[in-house]
Amino acid sequence: MKRRKIAANVLIYAILILLAVIWVAPIFFLVIHSFRAEPGATVQYLLPKSLTIDNYTRLFTETELFNFPRWYKNTLIVSVASCLLSTLYVLMISYAFSRLRFRGRSGMMKAGLILNMFPGFMSMIAVYFILKAVGLTQSLLALVLVYSGSSALTYYIAKGFFDTIPTALDEAAHIDGASRATIFWRITLPLSKPIIVYTVLMAFMAPWMDYIFASVIMKDNYDNYTVALGLFQLISRENIYHYFTRFCAGAVLVAVPIALLFLFMQKYYVEGVTGGAVKG
Amino acid sequence: MADLDYLSASALKRARIRFCRWAKSLPGRIGSFFASIPRRIAGGTARIASAVGSFFRIFIRGDAFTKLSFFIMGAGCLRRRRFFTGAFYLLAQILFWIFFASFGIVYIGKLSTLGTETQGEIWNDELGIFEYTKGDNSMLVLLYGIVSVIVCALYVWVYVSSVRASYRAEREAKEGIRPPTVREGLTSLANENFHKTLLFLPTLAVVIFTVLPLVFMIAISFTNYDRFHMPPGNLFTWVGLENFRAIFGLSDTPLLGKTFGGILSWTLIWAFFATITNYVLGMLLAILINKKGIRPKKLFRTVFVLTIAVPQFVSLMFMRNLLADHGLVNVLLQQIGLIEEPIRFLTDGTLAKITVLLVNMWVGIPYSMLITTGILMNIPEDLYEASRIDGASPMMQFRKITLPYVLFITTPYLITQFVGNINNFNVIWLLSGGGPMTGDYYQGGRTDLLITWLYRITTGEQNYKLASVIGIITFVICAAFSLIVYSRSLSGKEGDFQ
Repeated sequence: MKRRKIAANVLIYAILILLAVIWVAPIFFLVIHSFRAEPGATVQYLLPKSLTIDNYTRLFTETELFNFPRWYKNTLIVSVASCLLSTLYVLMISYAFSRLRFRGRSGMMKAGLILNMFPGFMSMIAVYFILKAVGLTQSLLALVLVYSGSSALTYYIAKGFFDTIPTALDEAAHIDGASRATIFWRITLPLSKPIIVYTVLMAFMAPWMDYIFASVIMKDNYDNYTVALGLFQLISRENIYHYFTRFCAGAVLVAVPIALLFLFMQKYYVEGVTGGAVKG
Repeated sequence: MADLDYLSASALKRARIRFCRWAKSLPGRIGSFFASIPRRIAGGTARIASAVGSFFRIFIRGDAFTKLSFFIMGAGCLRRRRFFTGAFYLLAQILFWIFFASFGIVYIGKLSTLGTETQGEIWNDELGIFEYTKGDNSMLVLLYGIVSVIVCALYVWVYVSSVRASYRAEREAKEGIRPPTVREGLTSLANENFHKTLLFLPTLAVVIFTVLPLVFMIAISFTNYDRFHMPPGNLFTWVGLENFRAIFGLSDTPLLGKTFGGILSWTLIWAFFATITNYVLGMLLAILINKKGIRPKKLFRTVFVLTIAVPQFVSLMFMRNLLADHGLVNVLLQQIGLIEEPIRFLTDGTLAKITVLLVNMWVGIPYSMLITTGILMNIPEDLYEASRIDGASPMMQFRKITLPYVLFITTPYLITQFVGNINNFNVIWLLSGGGPMTGDYYQGGRTDLLITWLYRITTGEQNYKLASVIGIITFVICAAFSLIVYSRSLSGKEGDFQ
């Protein structure tokens, strides 16, 4: 019996280690190629012949053609602004739906659910023309507005969370003379850390990952590119031979902060997706 | 079937019985839904009629100033010393009519034709250049026309509520109720009217960035807006259902219908397999890691979670490079001598489909692993304890405890994933770009999903009319699937969705 158990565990270890290798391999290659000294998109061998940190330093020094530091700064600005705005939207609307009773509430909730099934970038042409009509295309502000614009529709996760906070707290505060706004700011929000972290995390990560909206809105305004858009330039057909290793270096620089953020916050991610069904 | 029989049946049999019951009740339900349509229409009409009736009764019952508010908004309110409300309505009326006279009427008028005057060219002899005469721009006409219609609808709503407010002010004045001060009005926005404060900004954002584009796109799908009808040089106009007929293969270009059918079926196959493989394998992985005696759990989990944290455009572009015909994987395999010719991972139609599914597993399994892990750790240990004492095998424990528990919590997630996969732009576009392209399709490739097809014909071909139709169809498909998830909370079970 014991021997069988050990055999089973050895087998599981073998599977897990094999899988771990498969999963880590592309990331390992990405990192190792970012240090590769030889140019070229693909090489005929597994490990680079010589290593260098040139790819990293040149990202920051050779900025005439590809202004990586600037793209990095743009993305940071956009993600901070849009995550503040969308967190505000989501919390406001889900609190209203969860705690306040008013005419048209259930109709609005249903409309929100249905509208949310509509993938945003299908209507990107229309969004582009709307932005153009108000003269906002190719600007960072446009990106912020677009990223945060439809966030209110994802209210149901936060609403589900607010629903679990006992209403007795609100009533007690109400009797003590607190206004609805005070209850929202002073009582509900301090109790909602998990859902706030989840919302902030998701909204913050979106601009680092998004390619489509950014490409439609920015067109050829290189100064306002985000990193995703900029790095894509490095591996276009005419650039890939010279810039592939630098693309890898830039990718690592984008991935590291996001990876750290995600690793620390993954608990909140799970809580958010499972609708708070998982505690602990 | 008696309840006792049902309870004694096995889980599989129960599921079958439930399915049969549901299938049997389906015709009846559909029938009663259609039967209820006339009743619903009648009910709706009656409600509207009574609302209109009560609105005009205000005109008969109200005094002179309330009557006046039908023509000058806010007059009644101003008379009852509600200056803030009255001034607001008056201002709204003035602004609206300025807007309507100078802007709205022009574009609403042109909405039926989407512009008639093409931009012209006149040779200017003195300067030696072509000068353009200003023509209509169908795109702007459509956009501004829709905006004007929305503003008009809003105005009607404000108008009705202003008349109501005047009437209420009149009655309250008669009953001797003191009108609220401006200050009271403002503090009510933090209290009984707090929802207005909270909803205003998010709703505005949704209207501008979701509703308006949606309406705009639906409108475009009924026009002939494409490369050959591109403003400002050319005009486009309404063509009715022409585009929908074309995409279903009913017009003189059967290629479109064929492409649509092919891509739609691959989209559904892709969504099904991508969801199932990720879900099942992710759960298995979580169970393996969670097994007693396996350490270090945290390290294993972190390894897999790492791939979530690397932005998809990075990892997928890199994968694309690895899997190219002369990419690292092929080169290595050739050097070892396993293969002679490179494996055409992304350039052979069938192989590319398998490749994107496999790579999608690499992308997606960590997500479902992460979520299932959270749930697994939450299953009460004593359930396993008790079942072991009763002599349950590990397999049985899995089937009777773990699986139902996990399934119960993750069903909504599963269906969201399915819908998400229908629209999984990133994996397909960044990996295979929808290719390999094929002449059998209109501007389409073997691994194209509806959404990548849409993207290509928008950005490349600029065939906006077709893109809009595809967008609408995708939306309908997604909405249908999502409604299955939410229907429970939307209709019957009120407790869940209060």
